[in-house]
Amino acid sequence: MAERAFQLNRVSLAGAGALAVVLCLTAGTLTAVALRADSVGGLGPADWAAIRFTLLQASLSAFISVALAIPVARALARRDFAGRGLLLTLLGAPFILPVMVAVLGLLAVFGRNGIVSVALGQIGLDPISIYGLRGVLLAHVFFNLPLATRLILQGWQTIPAERFRLAAALGFSAGDVARILERPMLRAVLPGAFLVIFLICLTSFAVALALGGGPKATTLELAIYQAFRFDFDLGKAALLGTVQFALGASAALLAVRMTTAPGIGAGLGRQVLRWDARAGVLRLQDGVLILLAALFLVLPLFMIVKNGIPGLFHLPATVLWAAARSGVVALASAGLTLGLALPICALVVRRRASWAEAVGYLSIAASPLVMGTGLFIILNPVVNPSALALPVTALVNAAMSLPFALRAIAPALLDVEDHYGRLSDGLGITGMDRFRLVWLPRLRRPLGFSAGLAGALSMGDLGVIAMFADPEGATLPLQLYRLMAAYRMQDAAAAALLLLMMSLAIFWIFDRGGRGHADA
Amino acid sequence: MKYLTIAAGLTLATMAQAETPTLTVYTYDSFVSDWGPGPAVEAAFEKTCDCDLKFVGAGDGAELLSRIRLEGSHTKADVVLGLDTNLTETARATGLFAPHAVASPEFNLPVEWQDDTFLPFDWGYFAFVYDKTKVTNPPESFHDLIASDLSIVIQDPRSSTPGLGLLLWVKSVYGGKAPEAWAGINRHIVTVTKGWSEAYGMFLAGEADMVLSYTTSPAYHLIAESDDTKAAAQFKEGHYMQIEVAAKVASTTQPALADAFLAFTASDAFQEIIPTTNWMYPAVTPKNGLPDGFGTLIQPDKALIYPGADVEEARDVALSEWLSVLSN
Repeated sequence: MAERAFQLNRVSLAGAGALAVVLCLTAGTLTAVALRADSVGGLGPADWAAIRFTLLQASLSAFISVALAIPVARALARRDFAGRGLLLTLLGAPFILPVMVAVLGLLAVFGRNGIVSVALGQIGLDPISIYGLRGVLLAHVFFNLPLATRLILQGWQTIPAERFRLAAALGFSAGDVARILERPMLRAVLPGAFLVIFLICLTSFAVALALGGGPKATTLELAIYQAFRFDFDLGKAALLGTVQFALGASAALLAVRMTTAPGIGAGLGRQVLRWDARAGVLRLQDGVLILLAALFLVLPLFMIVKNGIPGLFHLPATVLWAAARSGVVALASAGLTLGLALPICALVVRRRASWAEAVGYLSIAASPLVMGTGLFIILNPVVNPSALALPVTALVNAAMSLPFALRAIAPALLDVEDHYGRLSDGLGITGMDRFRLVWLPRLRRPLGFSAGLAGALSMGDLGVIAMFADPEGATLPLQLYRLMAAYRMQDAAAAALLLLMMSLAIFWIFDRGGRGHADA
Repeated sequence: MKYLTIAAGLTLATMAQAETPTLTVYTYDSFVSDWGPGPAVEAAFEKTCDCDLKFVGAGDGAELLSRIRLEGSHTKADVVLGLDTNLTETARATGLFAPHAVASPEFNLPVEWQDDTFLPFDWGYFAFVYDKTKVTNPPESFHDLIASDLSIVIQDPRSSTPGLGLLLWVKSVYGGKAPEAWAGINRHIVTVTKGWSEAYGMFLAGEADMVLSYTTSPAYHLIAESDDTKAAAQFKEGHYMQIEVAAKVASTTQPALADAFLAFTASDAFQEIIPTTNWMYPAVTPKNGLPDGFGTLIQPDKALIYPGADVEEARDVALSEWLSVLSN
């Protein structure tokens, strides 16, 4: 008994530590900015317009991404085909691209001079114009449809093969399977997926502005940037940061409350065979869905590759060094993400403390600009910020990836503890043994996915590094932007391709490692 | 014994380093990049100063000022390089900058320059850049642009220096009629981007016929890429200017070295680097003149610029006009 109490304390302690890091980075940096402000102003009509637009675009982006992801994930869950693994890896790509690279890739397909408009022109039709709210939504769906698909697909994979076997034995149709097995799973997975995407879109800025067509598409993050850069009104920046934070926190709490446990039961982890989905019409439907999603996501990537190849082998050495630095930051960030996510998940599951998961989500609701500025205010008196540029980048990115990791790991861990928890307790498997023997083998997939995503995300992030970097310590995304600023668009396109390849590689290595061999 | 020698060597090296003063210069990020003027400027100044010149990059010109204000009098900067005339009065009002002790050189600026604190190091005109093979009849005024069917991509004045330049350009041409002018211009705007790079990238990708940039932009394509298809449209109303300046930070512990650097920015060694790395006009034309290719650029008849003291008011009025016209 004493042993068990000690175990629980250790769970609480580690979880509290991880949560403290998240709170320092979010609420702490916000407070630092607020304290540095001379005055606190109110919100003007322009700020309210920004709040309204931010909420509108984030809600719509999340809704559309999730709605489209359900059929795509279902198709992927019940079909196995050559190249499925590759497709799943490529599905991660849009999400991890630096925004400007992704926007140029999207424009190469959907822009006024993109392949769709050119093709329409050849049959005598007007080119399409994507600028406006639809452009913002297009870009956000492009970024987030793959993420939503992956999160929902993981939900499907938590349904044990035995259930489908039983359903087949009972003569279930596809509709019966949906009603009895799939809907309860979706009910458990969707609020979290919606929330994560809502939070990502909440802090959108450059994409929303560029594709939104003008100041109508002013988001909160742009208003914060304006307060900092144009007006140097730190009080305003902190106030807007607080509003953004509050919106994110409310959404996080709401989603956590709405999430239910799937309660489907445990299986033996054998291969899923879907007798219910053998009808020809369903095969055709799934095939078309997968093809359409793949085209939508892969075409812009293909354009990035096409534009980048000519310069790829002539990239200056300084760009390659920056790539090496980014690789190190990405690995560190992947490790840190798991280091933060596992203790929080343990707290959530062992302590039934779902609020802890909500706190873990907050990092992504925080304004990157406020976070960077706050860290700068805190660190600058103590240490030269540029000396810490890379560690700070790794840590901030780890915090930013935390919500995805929590979303992937927490439900899986809940499942493991539900089914093996009492057995493990009975056998006295606790502490590191519990982690190594019970958790790790069953969490491989979400752990690999989370680490891969965190690594890839931090590879492409510009966020705080722009504030901290010294000339010699640039990362690859920063060098990419410097190339663009120096008119070297060809080199920048090549650097973008390099970044894309490195991000995909790190994502693939971790994700593949997590998926193991049996069911890749 | 061997270790002793190494230890002694290390100690001597450290001492030598300690004796070399370090001059910290804050500037905007693209100045310090490998493709900007930074590396060459650093090498040239270190040849003469017996010091270590350390550049620190911080966003763009406006973010640079925010950074200095954030650090206040605790800043490590000795010199700030890269504020422009739209920021100088705000910068002066912070009290964080000190008058320089440099004999003012003969500047080759289209306007008079008198300032005891801020010294220009380069300048340029804002302009709409187009592709000659695609736009055969470029507009010769804002009026032409408004009457044309050309598409443009511009930058947001809240987040970009050229974006603010266009705002003040339209305001200085149209004054009280600026909102009507913006209503006309708005019809041609494909989109508004956060910064120059995004807009220029979109222009090169064919998303718009023209992009807001500088009259010197075609020189890059001509000199670095042997591509003479890009040109800037010359507007009869005149072109708004950007003058980039450097200043000594009041809290510097090395005022003499800071002044030496400020004097150096006006020398040929510095000014020769500017045209083909920063793609701007040097504030003092070097004795070898401008590089080939700069001769082909348009020469505006009229240089427009708000006096520093009027900028802030004009900026705030123009911004709210711009926002209300473009948001509807």
